[in-house]
Amino acid sequence: MTLAEKILAAHSGKEKVSPGEFINVRLDLVLANDITAPLAIKEFQRLEVPKVFDPTKIVMVPDHFCPNKDISSAEQAKLMREFAKEQGLIYFEVGQMGIEHVLLPEQGLVLPGQVIVGADSHTCTYGALGAFATGMGSTDIAVAMATGEVWMKVPQTIKFIYHGKLSKWVSGKDLILYTIGDIGVDGALYLVMEFSGEAVDELPMDGRFTMANMAIEAGAKAGIFNVDDKTKEYVKEHFHQCHHSEPFAFCHSEGAERPKNLTQDKLREESQSSEAAEYAKIIEYDVSRIEPQVAFPHLPSNTKPISQVGDIKLDQVVIGSCTNGRLDDLRVAAKLFKGRKVHPKLRCIIIPGSQKVYLDALREGLIETFIEAGAVVSTPTCGPCLGGHMGVLAAGERCLATTNRNFVGRMGSPQSEVYLASPAVAAASAILGRIANPEESI
Amino acid sequence: MKLKGKVHKFGANVDTDAIIPARYLNISEPEKLAKQCMEDIAPEFITKVTPGDIIVATANFGYGSSREHAPLAIKACGISCVIAQSFARIFFRNAINIGLPLLECAEAANEIEDGDILEVDLSSWEIKNISKHKTFMANPYPEFMMGIINAGGLIEYTKKRRGNSPSP
Repeated sequence: MTLAEKILAAHSGKEKVSPGEFINVRLDLVLANDITAPLAIKEFQRLEVPKVFDPTKIVMVPDHFCPNKDISSAEQAKLMREFAKEQGLIYFEVGQMGIEHVLLPEQGLVLPGQVIVGADSHTCTYGALGAFATGMGSTDIAVAMATGEVWMKVPQTIKFIYHGKLSKWVSGKDLILYTIGDIGVDGALYLVMEFSGEAVDELPMDGRFTMANMAIEAGAKAGIFNVDDKTKEYVKEHFHQCHHSEPFAFCHSEGAERPKNLTQDKLREESQSSEAAEYAKIIEYDVSRIEPQVAFPHLPSNTKPISQVGDIKLDQVVIGSCTNGRLDDLRVAAKLFKGRKVHPKLRCIIIPGSQKVYLDALREGLIETFIEAGAVVSTPTCGPCLGGHMGVLAAGERCLATTNRNFVGRMGSPQSEVYLASPAVAAASAILGRIANPEESI
Repeated sequence: MKLKGKVHKFGANVDTDAIIPARYLNISEPEKLAKQCMEDIAPEFITKVTPGDIIVATANFGYGSSREHAPLAIKACGISCVIAQSFARIFFRNAINIGLPLLECAEAANEIEDGDILEVDLSSWEIKNISKHKTFMANPYPEFMMGIINAGGLIEYTKKRRGNSPSP
């Protein structure tokens, strides 16, 4: 079995599952945010179930339009806050909250081997830690909150193998943009994308989060990485907040048969795809030939290598989001901004993904670098990524962002344009006022 | 159940931001969301749609975010079903869960044109193009999913399965 199949089997009380099979899956974590929770709560109430299945396994994060951008957003956030309080859920108030997919792993709430569903399409981010995580709508989440289960069709997996050594300035973002450019926005529809190979083994955890995060942009149900020493180190570092399991034991749902006295061999076997696993397809890339990538409007698959971008002037650069709002992303940007200035004809908005990322960046001096360069630093929020607030575009404006979607109207006016790229390309572009190769800006 | 209506034709990768732009996600009421349905890619859509009408699109309809506001907006503006070559998976689940019928049929999606009048039989999966005198067969849903549809959506299905009794 693949890792995804192993996790699904363990959560449906089966020895083995096969692609195409319909199963009921027990859940380790259920997530909703300020724009999806209100609908989920309404549907939950229609179920006439007084209590959620387990308040310690349900997380609500006010991140999309929070701190509240207007009265309607405030009403939605209030509704969610009151429900979370009434049910005793895990809730992160403004001041503790971050962008949900930056926050949950950081808080030690995500463990390898878990099944996680969230009313947010980028829930697939958690696959970076070897969890099976997928986005769903509010009604599915309502039922998940009530029963602790969802139905799933076991998906096939595509294995991506990234060979070779990454060139300078090439990051996880470039690999995933390149991949989506290759297979298309429905290239992994209904499938799991399993990322492997020596190039992704070398990626820091933050780069892996970026890759798993954008699996949905190829239509995938989940993105997943096999568990290795880097995963274990990350979990160990962040686990202190998490109470309900041992850090490295493969995290089975309550009720599922829990293997006793796991040996190291057994653990390794459970947290990785088997040699004999069957894949829908295996796709291999030589990463040494991959340049920094830019996705042109209006699809993430509309990618070009940086050398073929041409002269594209920008009005705004955004560095942040659940895709690229982590500490490594800010470090790369700060490296380029150090001693340089944001181009006078451009606004540069930097949004740390969580309070911890913000504080770490502050302590490392990154925030000072950004402010001295003339960038604005915002409180954590999804904000402009989905055209909410903190950097909405006017008609005719052009933005390069480290976010995940460049659809028509995604960041504001339907007559605006969004280009997607890595933090390095974003910082270089902010300095030069046009889409630029990081090499040009130093 | 038979549905009959006029076709509004769309292309590939109609994303959820196109169906309902995120700037309207500070509201949850379907009838309010309906007023902005397809605003950024087809501003005239909402003025032309009449109850019972049918959306026909090519590949990957409903691509993008998990917002259930997207199928809710489509349903609330009077659309009776959506026919496409393929659907994005979260959109597919959401539509089934809230009772917006979806039919997958590549041939129909490619051949049917804007303004055609269709008759759709949800029990036989037959799509009749009355304007062009042509019939197509959509892929039937798996039996398991029919249970959700026949119950009237996921909430009703779940209530029925739980025997409508409050949990302890």
